[in-house]
Order: sequence, then C-alpha cells, then structure tokens
Amino acid sequence: MLRTYEYPKYPYRQPPEQKSGGTGRHRVVVVGAGPVGLAAAIDLAQSGVAVVLLDDDDTVSVGSRGVCYAKRTLEILDRIGVGDACVAKGVSWNVGRTFFRGAEVYKFKLLSQPDHKRPGMINLQQYYLEEYEVRRARELANLDLRFRNKVRAVAPRSDGVVLEVETPDGGYTLQADWLIVADGARSEIRRQLNLEVEGKVFSDRFLIADVLMKADYPTERWFWFDPPFHPGQSVLLHRQADNVWRIDFQLGWQADPDQEKRPDRVIPRIKAMLGEDRKFELEWVSVYTFQCRRMADFRQGRVLFAGDAAHQVSPFGARGANSGIQDADNLCWKLKLVMDGRAPDTLLDTYSEERGFAADENILNSTRSTDFMTPKSATSLNFRNAVLGLAGDHPFARALVNSGRLSVPTILTESRLNTPDAAAFGGDMLPGAPMDDAPIEEEGERSWLLDRVGNRFIALIFVDDPASVGPAQARAMAALASAPIPVEAVLVSPTGGAGPPGLRVWLDRAGRFAERYDTRAGTTYLVRPDQHVAARWRAFDAQAIGAALARATRNAEP
Amino acid sequence: MSLKLEPNFHEPGKRYVRAFTPGDDFYESLIETHRDLSDEQSAMVNARLILLLANHVGDIAVLREAMQIARAGV
Ligand SMILES: Cc1cc2nc3c(=O)[nH]c(=O)nc-3n(C[C@H](O)[C@H](O)[C@H](O)COP(=O)(O)OP(=O)(O)OC[C@H]3O[C@@H](n4cnc5c(N)ncnc54)[C@H](O)[C@@H]3O)c2cc1C
Repeated sequence: MLRTYEYPKYPYRQPPEQKSGGTGRHRVVVVGAGPVGLAAAIDLAQSGVAVVLLDDDDTVSVGSRGVCYAKRTLEILDRIGVGDACVAKGVSWNVGRTFFRGAEVYKFKLLSQPDHKRPGMINLQQYYLEEYEVRRARELANLDLRFRNKVRAVAPRSDGVVLEVETPDGGYTLQADWLIVADGARSEIRRQLNLEVEGKVFSDRFLIADVLMKADYPTERWFWFDPPFHPGQSVLLHRQADNVWRIDFQLGWQADPDQEKRPDRVIPRIKAMLGEDRKFELEWVSVYTFQCRRMADFRQGRVLFAGDAAHQVSPFGARGANSGIQDADNLCWKLKLVMDGRAPDTLLDTYSEERGFAADENILNSTRSTDFMTPKSATSLNFRNAVLGLAGDHPFARALVNSGRLSVPTILTESRLNTPDAAAFGGDMLPGAPMDDAPIEEEGERSWLLDRVGNRFIALIFVDDPASVGPAQARAMAALASAPIPVEAVLVSPTGGAGPPGLRVWLDRAGRFAERYDTRAGTTYLVRPDQHVAARWRAFDAQAIGAALARATRNAEP
Repeated sequence: MSLKLEPNFHEPGKRYVRAFTPGDDFYESLIETHRDLSDEQSAMVNARLILLLANHVGDIAVLREAMQIARAGV
C-alpha cells in the first residue's frame, strides 16, 4: 500500500469452464488487463462482441509506471467511457520547460490552438487509469474479466486458438476464435510462439522516484540537462495526482540498481534537488533500463499482439501506453467487421501495417530523444551541449533541443485503407489523420465533434445552409445508412438550423471545423470508426463514398 | 543576407506534420556521421564539415557572424 493509494484487490471466481470441466469457445479472448488489454476488451464489448479478458494478477499496475496520457489517448478513453474519470483525477498541463545547468533554455506548449475538449496531456499514475478501466469493464455485461487467470500455453489453429489457463483452482482449457495478446513487454506468449522483438536496449539506468510533497511548483514538465544538483546527468520532474511528484534521475550504466534504490541513496539525491528544507515522503522507487524494439508483424493468423507485447519504447516521450491504447483503437473495429463477415480477413493485416508504421515513428522519436539525452560519445556530448548552449539565444537551436518529443498520434499517411485526395486541401486532416476536435452543437445542445464521431463510419458533409439540401440529395445521403456497412451521413454547417428529415445537423459553433478541415460548401469527409479520416472530397458523391468505404474495409482493392 | 537563426531545416519533397521533425532528421544524420569514429577522427570530420559548409554558404560576412556567435560564450 502507498500513502496516497490503496491497491484494489479484485475478486477471483472460478471460471465456468473449470467448474463444468468443459471447454468453452469464445469469440475473442484478450490476455492481459493492463491499460491496453482493458481498452481492447472494453471497446469490443461496447460494440456488442462478448469478450473474455484474462489477467494473472488481481490488482492494478504496481509502482511507478506510466504518467503522461496524451490528448489523442484521452479522446480514445472518452470513446470507451473512462475519459472523464481520468481527466477529473489527473493533472492537466500544456507547458514544458527545459533547463541546461542553471538556466532555462527552452519552453514548449503542447497545444497551441484553443477549442479542443481535451488538454495536450494529463499526468495520472497508471494505477488510476487501470482502476477506471476495470470499473468500466465491470459495467459491461458481455465482458467477462477474470483475475488470477494466468495463460500458460497458447496453441494457434487455422480457425482459432486453444489456451491453457491456470487459476488458484488448477488448470483449464479455453478456445477462442481470436486472441488479442496484451501481456506486456516480457510477453510470455510471444516467446512461446518464437516471435522475435527486434531493436535496441539503451545502456543507461534511470532512478524513478514517486515523492509525496506539498509544493507550489506550476503544473509543468521540467527537464534538466546537467543540473548543478545532479551533475553530468539529466533529471525530469512531473506532477501527478494526490500531490505525488515523479522524479526521474539518469544514473548512467555503471550504477548498481539495488544500491541506488535504497532510501539512504535516494533521499540525498532528492534533497539536493529540492533543497534541504522541503518536506517529502517517498512513495515508490525503482530503477529501470529502457529499450526501443518491436515485433516485425503484430498479427500471426488469429493471434493479434498489442501494446508493450508488440512494441516498446523508452518513456521519454510517453509513447508506451499511449501508443498501446491507440493499437486497441485501431484493432477493434477491424476485428468486429471481420468477425461479422462484413470485411475480409485481410483487413486485419492492416492493423499490423498501420500500427507498425506508428510503432516505427514512436521508436524513431523515442530513440532520438534518448540519444540526445544520453550521448554515446564525447563528440555527441559536445554537439548536445553546443545545442543547449546556443538554445538560450537562438531559435534554431531551441528547435533542436530534444528532451522528449511527447506523444502525438501518427498520421497514417501510407495506409492502403486511405483514398488519396483528388482535390487540393489545406490543413492537416489528410487521409489517415486522426481527427482534430471542434466545438459543435446539435439541436441546441453543445458538445464536441469527437464525442459524436467514432464507433461507426460517418460521412460529414459541410453545407452552408442545411435547409438548402434538396430532397434527392438528402435521400442519397440517408441511404448510406442502409448499406451492409452502414455510413451515417451528418450535415455540418456554420449556421445550424434544421436539415431535411432523417439527417442530423451539427452546428460548427466556433468555426473550427471549417478551419481545421478546410471546408467549402459540399466538402465531405468519410471517417472511420476509430476517428481517422478515410477519404475526403469537394462535393458529396454517394458512389465515391461507397468506393472509399470498400477500400477502407478491404472489400475492394484499389 | 544575414545569418539565419530561425529554424531552417527542410528537405525537398518532404512534408512535415510535426515542427520538430526536420531538425531531428538533421541531428540524427549529424550524430550518425560520427558513429564509430575516435575523438580525433571526429574532430577531423567536424573540421572538414565546417569547411564544406562554409564554402557552400560563401558569403564571408555571414560566416563571420556565425564564427562570432560560435565563439562567444565558449
Ligand atoms: C518508468 C516508466 C514510465 C512510463 N511512463 C509512461 C508515460 O508517461 N506514458 C505512457 O503512455 N507510457 C508510459 N510508460 C509505459 C507504460 O507503462 C506501458 O507502455 C504500458 O503499461 C503498456 O501496457 P500493456 O497493457 O501493453 O502492458 P502491461 O501494462 O505490462 O500489462 C500487461 C498485463 O498482462 C498481465 N499478464 C502478463 N502475462 C500474463 C499471462 N500469461 N496471463 C495473464 N495475464 C498476464 C500482467 O499481469 C499485466 O496486467 C512508462 C513505463 C515506465 C516503466
């Protein structure tokens, strides 16, 4: 137990298959109730797919792990019903400061534009995130969350997977049509299936301390290169919920992890940083080394890997859980379409393609950050210090300072599911982009674009005046909803007002939709269930939408 | 022309979504150029690099400005 947090102890119940001695067959089994497995199980259950989620433990993540959850992740958490809890408990922030020796050299702002529902980042101890996800999971009748169910062995078959599971009552067998593996960085299942993870381990150690204290530092991310209180190394300070502060000290490769964890070593380091007079208590201390690596393919037939099991990054950039939750976001709608027979099995290959592309970007950025922070040669150190030395006065050098390029979602530019633009567009909402938020209003009720899209395909059609849409066009728009894969057509308008019967109208109440999506009258976006742009046009064309939908679900190859 | 001190890295044909990407691309190549070299070799590579870039810039007034900034505060 921590001073500020009591780990929940979730009940174990003997699984029905074990009681009856039978072998249950399930549509989907998810292994691992970490942030990623939980997100996947909730997403599937919400969409009507019954899921069994197995975890070997009976509580949430122990000790100091994830802290920073990015805007895109919060938007996904909103979609699966835990965004509000996380944001209410978490500490929102937007500003990061970087110091070199004594002086501030660089300050960044995560979200420079107004009118997004969610902040650039929140800080929240990982155990809270998991606790809220578990709470949500337990609300869903079709989500069977089984604690103290350890998967021992996995046997892939052409039409499913057989699992050997161990509980306090002994072993039992489960069958699944599909298996999602989210069992973390040390994935035992990945090892059993002889699947490699390739990449590099950084020869460095970091002391990660969670400290309870009352301090009136602003809620910002502070990063020091070579500070007077920890010479030659870097230090990171972050505020979390409950007045718990996260401090990361770079220790170097030579450090002895067991020695460094001892309070008589840790406390002087913290005192040197905070001053002798600051009162604090240690919540948790660990020493980590980090790696950046990924599996070559996140899909092996009916087995799909997600989160740390599939890819790992160093935490400078907060891209671990953030990208894992984005994996779940990408996977679940595809899996559902395939299970329902509405899309070919090859749609799932694009899970690995798209999220592999994202993993490469995350690994690239985390590796670059780590290389900047922990230079590997005298020359690298020289360049690093030269950049930091110039950064105070010169903007070009500030742009090179890399104390972590914080998690932003990948724009899936290379995806085969995108329909390339046929017309010119400004802005960033290109095919493959996760959608930007915008304030909207529907029938007098204010809300946010991202609270209203997702979980299904949507066509957003921008019109100056909803009343001006003719009956034939309105019928063509509404008819999209009765296709085998339904598309809901919604009119977005700067004036609002009623549209033709059967069509929803969203008022672009701050003009941000028009601005961010570079719209003109007629501009139409086709949006995926995971809130990514699939295609866009300058005029509504039902046939073009049908073709783009087929492409986005691999029902037609370009 | 005077010395450019605003961020200026770019590559023809590349579209950047994140402002930090071009600078990071450059920095990675720079560090990569020195991979597996001894300190002495690295110092030589740096000297050659400066000469190549200086000739490319050409404008000696600009180079003087850069040399002055580089030297100040070291
Ligand atoms: C110091 C530190 C700081 C970090 N900071 C951040 C940050 O700021 N932001 C961020 O996004 N990420 C951060 N991360 C990374 C983040 O913690 C991980 O990316 C995240 O936990 C991955 O989630 P996961 O669900 O894939 O795996 P895990 O969280 O590892 O969960 C795996 C689950 O599977 C269970 N399991 C394992 N094997 C079996 C089995 N055989 N049968 C049944 N269950 C099994 C485990 O008990 C566990 O519950 C940080 C990590 C560290 C160490």
